[in-house]
Amino acid sequence: MDKAALARALGAQVTFGQSQFAFVRGHAFEARVKADGGAELVRLLCGQLREAEPPEADAVDVPDLSAAGPEGRTARTALALREATAAGRWALLDHPMLSLTVAGTPAFLEPDAVIVHPDGGRTVVEIKSFAMVDGAADAAKVGAAARQAAVYALALEALGGRVRPEVLLVCPKDFSNLPAAALVDVRRQLAATRRQLARLERVADIAAALPPGLSFATDRPAAELGAALGAVEAAYAPECLAACELAFHCRERAREEGAVTVLGRGLRAELGDLTTVEAVRGAALSGAGDAGDPVVAALRRAAGLRAEALSSAEELV
Amino acid sequence: MSLLTTLARIEAVQAGKARPLATVRHRHLSERPLVLVLLTTAGEAGAPLGAMVGTGRDAPRLLAVPQPRDRDLRFAFLAELADVMLPYIEQYGEEDCGEGEEPCSDAPQILVPNAPGVEYVRLLGRSMRFRRTAEQDPEAPYPAPPRVPLLGRWLTHAGERARVPGSSLLLPMTHLLGRHWATGQSRLEDQHLGALLAWIDPPPGTTGAEAALRAETGRGPDGLLHHPPAGPATDPAFDNKRLAPAISRHDLARTAAQRSAAEEEIRELLASQLRPTWEAMWRGIDLVRALPEGARVADRWKRDRWSYTAHRDRIRAGEPPQPRRDDAVTAARKLAARESALAQLDAQEALDDPLVMAERRLAGEAFAGEVTEVVMEYSEAKVPRPRPLVTVRTEDAPHLAEGVKLYRALPDGRAQTGEFVSYGPDGAPTVRLTGGMGRGKVPEPGSVPEKGDRVCWTLFEHAPRGGPELPDPERTPWTHGGPPDPAAPPDAPDPVTAEDRL
Repeated sequence: MDKAALARALGAQVTFGQSQFAFVRGHAFEARVKADGGAELVRLLCGQLREAEPPEADAVDVPDLSAAGPEGRTARTALALREATAAGRWALLDHPMLSLTVAGTPAFLEPDAVIVHPDGGRTVVEIKSFAMVDGAADAAKVGAAARQAAVYALALEALGGRVRPEVLLVCPKDFSNLPAAALVDVRRQLAATRRQLARLERVADIAAALPPGLSFATDRPAAELGAALGAVEAAYAPECLAACELAFHCRERAREEGAVTVLGRGLRAELGDLTTVEAVRGAALSGAGDAGDPVVAALRRAAGLRAEALSSAEELV
Repeated sequence: MSLLTTLARIEAVQAGKARPLATVRHRHLSERPLVLVLLTTAGEAGAPLGAMVGTGRDAPRLLAVPQPRDRDLRFAFLAELADVMLPYIEQYGEEDCGEGEEPCSDAPQILVPNAPGVEYVRLLGRSMRFRRTAEQDPEAPYPAPPRVPLLGRWLTHAGERARVPGSSLLLPMTHLLGRHWATGQSRLEDQHLGALLAWIDPPPGTTGAEAALRAETGRGPDGLLHHPPAGPATDPAFDNKRLAPAISRHDLARTAAQRSAAEEEIRELLASQLRPTWEAMWRGIDLVRALPEGARVADRWKRDRWSYTAHRDRIRAGEPPQPRRDDAVTAARKLAARESALAQLDAQEALDDPLVMAERRLAGEAFAGEVTEVVMEYSEAKVPRPRPLVTVRTEDAPHLAEGVKLYRALPDGRAQTGEFVSYGPDGAPTVRLTGGMGRGKVPEPGSVPEKGDRVCWTLFEHAPRGGPELPDPERTPWTHGGPPDPAAPPDAPDPVTAEDRL
């Protein structure tokens, strides 16, 4: 579903988008890294593995993966993988197409590249445009790249063969456009992704639980769309703002409900049964709530201390 | 987030306006800070796009790079930045200071909008400090303009110092405001300078939430944000709709007149994105300046002055730029210094501010109350010393056990030590004073509280010291890579590629 279009239809401003500078830069860097038919990527990989001698420039196969439609490309990729493994040579699969079943529905994935080793091992390659300065890159961005690559590795595993649990992350070195590479161990991300995929409810089951006639067609009036969205439960937390086009809508709703989670995800654990701003205020100031509840007792004490401190500061002024 | 902060945020939600989180200012604010708002090019590391910089609200200096991927233009920008910033940074170190016991009497203070701004200052410092000027190395390909490597070293120093808790050489405005006010939004949303200011000082007739929403998402009919991001990243819509066409006009310019027209257009575009943040920075400075300074802030600023003085001396002595990676001992020292700075900051903020002390009291790390009884006792040494017992009535619930050390600030700022003895029948704790009463048999006047006095005892030290000593670099254990090689050459400058575009 196009959440951005839905958010626009609701009258919200969509804050996401990529600067064309970043887009152009990312593509130029990827093209540069792959320019010589994969030899550079294999050389980077060998440099990290320190076990294999880098091959000659023409010793890397780059099979043609073009085919019609995502299903066709997936089949072509699977075939190329089998052929490359049988050939016993280095091979670079440039933008292969993989499929992964998510919540009972197939999803198609396109990694930047997959390298097939002469021994049949497979390494997922992730090419990113953020810089690796003095051998270190932004931890949050590396984490996101590792999670993304883990999903590719998972889809690759479904095709059989030995998928190496370390992915090759390729970034610009320092302030140049030369590539630098690092192997990132994604075993933890793989396990987490497997667990999450297993826990996901099937899309069909989710759809069945919704009221009949629910529609998010973006040509409907904003009020109707808002009501339709209201029928779907959302667990808003401030972290959503960085990831979801509908986050501002959910935040508005959470604020109307007075949910404490608008102030931070951790508050739900801290405040226990008191889930609304009103309930917290009531417990802290007007003696509402169960006095035996340790959270309520702590809140009252906190409110007393805060009032005392603020008034003592005023006296000084 | 502590429960008191949560409560303050909830108050802010209901009031529709930010609520105080501190009663005094906990960071040093210079009489004449340098405000630095930087913009970077999306997708490039260390390719600045523009900057607004200066020490006067009405006199910002606008610097722009018409084509950020062009090395010459980038160097020209950095040279201009050095021209603006170095005189400001160096003026504090011109006097003869740092020879004896005292550091320079003042130090520069750089204010940036947000935490990514601090990171960007570090990154710029890293990109500049290894460059060689033609004077340093006549053979260097593409020599940097004079003074650019020097600015790189200063920015690196500022970026490094910014990681020390409580330091004020380089501060992000969002942190400065967020330390003193609780808004009705989450800490994540507080990273947006416009939204944070909207909560602290909403325009008349609107609530903080409304004003913050406008600052976050309000766009004009042209699709551009009313409040552009505070940098260093730009708004993608601005990049795509306005900046990219202007840059390509600059690239296509054939005549000098066309080029200068395109340059002027880019400068104006960048100014339109920088100006609102520049104004927001000064509004923030006004708000923070209105708070009275905490009593122990000057003590922490003195450490900043020392760090400034020491770095000035390193540059004067001709030492090479800071290495790419610290050796094991230096890295461990830095970490230890940050840890003790954090402990010290926590203690000092609590002593300066009853609202912070309230958090420690709620956590059981301090207690305050009224003295109900003072019993004079003496130690059993050959020369008996006063060891009075003080009983305090308190509603706090400190984590006390027999013999726990306690600390109290005396009126002159010194800390008095004591130890917990026992709870009385009515639950009031009794403390034995063990120090701070002078050398005589009779305690100095004012050093023993009297019945009816309000006292506040803490379980934490007031001037915590660092951990154990670390070895000299020459004695680095083999587990940490062994001693550094004295013959190793200093870090070489980054290799440059022949093509002048990134």
